[in-house]
Order: sequence, then structure tokens, then C-alpha cells
Amino acid sequence: MFYKKNLLAQTATVLAAGAGMAQAQEAEVIHWWTSGGESAAISVLADAFEERGGTWVDSAVAGGSAARSAAINRIIGGDPSTAALFNTSQQYHEIIGEGLLNDINDVAMRNDWDNVLPAPIVEAIKVDGKYYAAPVNIHMPLWIWYSMDAMEQAGIDTPPTTMEEFFTALDALEEAGITPLALGGQRWQENLLFSAVMTNVGGRDLWTSVYGEKDEAAINSPEFREVIETFIRLKAYVDDASPGRNWNDATAMLINDSAGFQIMGDWAKGEFKQAEQEVGVDYGCLAGLRPDAPYVLGGDVFVFPATDDPARIEAQNMLVETMTAPDVQVAFNNLKGSIPIRSDVDVAGLDECAALGMEIMSDASRQAPDAAQMMDEYVYGSVQDVVTELWNTDMSVDDAVERFDSALRN
Amino acid sequence: MQISRNVRHVRRNGVAYMALLPMAAIVIFAYLGTMAWSVRLSFSSSRMLPKDDFVGFDQYVELFQTSRWLTSLENFVFIAVFFLSICFVLGMLLAIFIDQNVRAEGLFRTAFLYPYAMSFVVTGLMWQWILNPDLGLQQTMRDLGFSGFVLDWVVDSDTVLYAIVLATVWHGAGLVMALILAGLRGIDMDLWKATRIDGIPAWRVYGFIILPMLRPMIITSLVLLSISIVKMYDLVVAMTNGGPGTASEVPAKFIMDNLFERANIGLATAASTVMLVTVLIIIAPVLYSQYFGKKGASA
Repeated sequence: MFYKKNLLAQTATVLAAGAGMAQAQEAEVIHWWTSGGESAAISVLADAFEERGGTWVDSAVAGGSAARSAAINRIIGGDPSTAALFNTSQQYHEIIGEGLLNDINDVAMRNDWDNVLPAPIVEAIKVDGKYYAAPVNIHMPLWIWYSMDAMEQAGIDTPPTTMEEFFTALDALEEAGITPLALGGQRWQENLLFSAVMTNVGGRDLWTSVYGEKDEAAINSPEFREVIETFIRLKAYVDDASPGRNWNDATAMLINDSAGFQIMGDWAKGEFKQAEQEVGVDYGCLAGLRPDAPYVLGGDVFVFPATDDPARIEAQNMLVETMTAPDVQVAFNNLKGSIPIRSDVDVAGLDECAALGMEIMSDASRQAPDAAQMMDEYVYGSVQDVVTELWNTDMSVDDAVERFDSALRN
Repeated sequence: MQISRNVRHVRRNGVAYMALLPMAAIVIFAYLGTMAWSVRLSFSSSRMLPKDDFVGFDQYVELFQTSRWLTSLENFVFIAVFFLSICFVLGMLLAIFIDQNVRAEGLFRTAFLYPYAMSFVVTGLMWQWILNPDLGLQQTMRDLGFSGFVLDWVVDSDTVLYAIVLATVWHGAGLVMALILAGLRGIDMDLWKATRIDGIPAWRVYGFIILPMLRPMIITSLVLLSISIVKMYDLVVAMTNGGPGTASEVPAKFIMDNLFERANIGLATAASTVMLVTVLIIIAPVLYSQYFGKKGASA
């Protein structure tokens, strides 16, 4: 099975690489950034790498899981790429355990990553005291977006700052005949909504003790029950046509002012920008519904498959240096819609929401790891199954607690 | 005597055997080999990477404690029963209808068979749009003034499986029709004349004389339909992606999700082994009667 896939992957590489002969600092990079904004963003990295004298060989594979499978199959087959894109998560921890990745500790130490990077990111990329991945961006997946026009029609003057005010606003929108909450009823979107409820109702402590420590007491605590109850309460504010809707169609409902709120990652900004909407005029963004709402740090990293070839290792190190350089970081993240991984960059070029994010992130007590950084992929998958069943069936709170308990601690 | 005959046989057909070798190698290594490898992996603790250890039936125990897998199996049975029976009966009726020497037969035949030419992805997307309450038939009817019109099968957990059956029947009924029609055309006209002279009503002729004669066509169409149920993945992904919630999950999708998105090779191969065994249990009696039953009859 793997042999067959590997053969396919090799063929693909030969095609992708074309006549590119081996030369110093040639780097083949597998990634899944193929949409308009994404490919513009990755070409910033490619251009910067070539400016420094390298040769960038682009191996784009459409779709995150397909690209990661391709990268892993190439690694197992013994013909790895120079670098491969993963999410900031535990997706690559198993291949580190098998010794299939090179560490990039030298570059990390030289650039003082221990102090420059936010702690949750360090946690996700540092294994057994060594850095194995180069982070390139921080996506906060739980922004609360709202349509200014819809708020105005519903008579809401100030955006909500607490969960109770949020529900008051939802009620007002409902009365004004506007869909209060725009949601695409797909597993991952329902899961984002649940995560947002958990961080805003339970706070950072509950978030890390349930998802991180998988603590039995926390899972059975009244706080976690309140999270589940609040999540169930939100069902009433979603329109009937929600199931199966794509996230950008849900964002379009805010753009058309036919819906009030949407909970979605900062990539939603791209949709607003494309529709020529302006932040503060047409739409607004909230990072949380409590003063100490945790800022969840998701994002993307590049990993570097193991090799003994000194030229290749040199290329890998140069890639890390290039991708994490402050000027490249700003240019890249502006196009990607995310924020830079380091706090020592010039924020003047960032938009309002990103600047707000940078400001919140500078407070270490509000930084929180993304759920994918706190558990194995298959565990996270079972958790998402519980969330989507909770949202779409009449599951009781007791049953839900029990299901979360067995998904997390099994 | 026996041996020399065998040698002669091999010598005479040597070239043919040589030509068959690559095919045999592909079957043994690419099909049976990968199948055995999958079964082997289902007894290991593999997650993202294949592992060589042996954990007994742990993955199977975990599998049958996973509520999404159990839902998938229930949905599988539901879809199998409804899709098979409706598709078969409808295809048969269409074939009988066309066989009445209707006018513009070619047109009907093409129209009925056309859906089968569509891929499952296209079929799924199309029906998703038709049944989507915002974009589809419901909105159109409401815009026309029927404000109470409701057709929201794909967004309701209780009815989403009917929507899937509807799409698959639309897709597959034409195939049954084509196969059965071919069989009907092979029936001797004299038979019809004889039954007419005897005054037997048409439905009895179809039920007790024609149907038994069409046995090979019926088995072929049932096998083809069954295969499309077992491998049903793309249609569900395109139409509902398993939703709302887990209401329309199917086993093949469970396997694909665990294999690629969740980096859980052990669980995925356990699930696919269960599917393999299920299929074998279902087709074994059919194969047995096909090969051994006939031998017994002819002897």
C-alpha cells in the first residue's frame, strides 16, 4: 500500500521538480496553500528564500490532509521533501518519535525562540528539549465577527462584552427578523463554536484542564456542564438551512447583513476584504466575551524530514531563518490573514483586528494552546464527533458529559 | 499418463500462461497482498504510521464502542434495504414499461439510463442543491407563492437518509432497467403467444414465468447495486458529508476519515476488515450456489 503511494508521490515529484537538478540550497516544499490569498502568501516565503540565494521547488497538494499524507508517505518511502507544512498541533509528534524529522535547534537557539515565541507555540514544536518545527503564523480560530448593519437594525449600540450580553444581542436580532447566528453545520464549524463557548464560559483554566490534562474532575465539574448547556442554548439562534453550509457562505450572510454573528477563525477576514467591506464600518471583530478570554493560538508550521546530506540540512536551516525573519513574517501574515509568530515585529502594517490580536497575545496569561495541540489527532476526532452529535441530536447534558469523558480519557 | 498429459498441456499453453503471469502477479500482490496487509494492520496499535506489534482484538473492541461506527452500520443497513428494494422494483417496472413497445422508446431508454452516466459526486451535489432549503426546490416553490412548502430532507437528521436513498435510486434505477430490458428482449415471442392463448394475465406471466427466466440478469443487477452500496462514499461526502451531525455517516466514510484525517490506521483497517468479512458473508452463498450448485444440477 505504501509502496504504491510512494511510487505515485515520486512520480508527482518528478513532474513537479521538472528538470531541477540538485544544486546547493535547493528546497522542495510540500504545502496545501493553493487558494488565491494563500498562494500569494506562500510566494512571499518563496521569493524571500530565492533572494537569499536558494532555489524553491514548489510541491503544492490541494487539501490539508492530502498534503500531509503525501509528505508522510514520501518520508516513509525514503524520498522525503526538504520541508513539509503541518498545522501547529500534535500531527507530527509521532514522526518525531520515530526519528524521521531533523531538529532545527541550532537556528532556534541562535534566534532565541525560547523567549521570542509564545509559550503554547513553543510547547507544540519543542519535543524532548529540541525544536523540530518552524512556526510561520498564528491563527486564532475563535474570533466573533459581527455585521454592523445587522446590529444597527436590531438596535444594539455596543457589541457584547459578556456571554449574557451576547444572548441579549442574539434575542434582539431574532426579534428584528435577522438570523442571529450564522453557522455552517459542518463538524469542524460546530466544533469551533463549541470551543468558543468553552473558552468564553469556562475560561482558560477549564479549557486546559479538560482538553489538556483531560482531568476527570474538570470534565464532571459544574463549569463544564454550564459550557454544554450554553452550547445547547445556542441551537435556537441558528437558521434551518445551516446543516452542510460552507463557512464562507456563512460569512456571506454577515456581508449581506442577513445574519448578526459568526464565530470563525481570522481567515474570515479574507472574505470581508474581498467583498470590499471595512472593519469598523461594515463589520467588527471580538476576540472574546470576557476580559480574560483566552487567545487560542492555532497556526501552521513547517517540519524538516530527516536527512544526512549536509547541503540539504543547510537548505533546511536557511528555510527556517527565512520564514521566521521579522520582515518576511509581516509581509507573509498580512496576505495570509494571520498574525506573526513573534512579538518583536513592526505592527504598523497590520489591520485593526490583527493589531488587536497582537496586543492580546502580548499578555502571556491569555495565551492558550489550540485544542489540536493538546491531544492526539484521533482523540480530537472523537471529541468532535461528540460535539457534532450534541449539536444535532437531543443528547442530554448527562449523556454529553459521559461521552466527553470517554472520548477524552479512553 | 496423467503427468505426460499435464506436461503436454503446459507446453501447448506455455505462451498463454506467460502472458497471464503479470495479471496473476498483480492480483496476488496488489489485491490479495494489500488486503492481507490491511487485516494484519488491524491487529496492531498503528496510529499515524504502520507498526509491527500485535494487540489482539483491541482495535475491534474500540471500534464497536465507537458510536459513530455503530451509526454508520445502522445507516448502511437502512440504505442497503431501501436502495436495493426500491431501485430493483423501480428498474424492473421501467423495463417492463419500455418493453410494451412504447413510442419514442429510444428517448425513454436514454432518459432513464442517463443518471447512471453521472458520477456519484455530481449526483450528490445536484441533489444537495435541489433539496437545500435555501437554494433548491423549497425556495423556488415559496417564491412562486406556496409559502408553506417544505422540502428540507437534507438538513433534517430524521429524513436525511431518505434523501440519500432518493439520490442513489435516481442514479441506479436506470442500470437495473437496462439489464432487465436486455433480458426481456431475449424472451421468445412464442412464449407470450402461448400464455395469451392460455389466457394467463400479464402480471402472472411476469411474476411466475418471465422473472425466473431472468435470473442471471437479476443476480447481475443485485450484485452491481450491492457493490455500489458497500463502496458508497463520494455521494455522501458530496451530498451531506455525513451530516447533520452523524446522521448520514456510512462505513466507507468512517474508514477514509480515520485513515487520512485522523491518522488512525489501526481503527480504519479494523473497520475495513469488518466490511470485508461482511461482504464475504453475503456473497459466499451466492458464489457457492453459482459454482457448486450448477455442477450438482448438471450431474
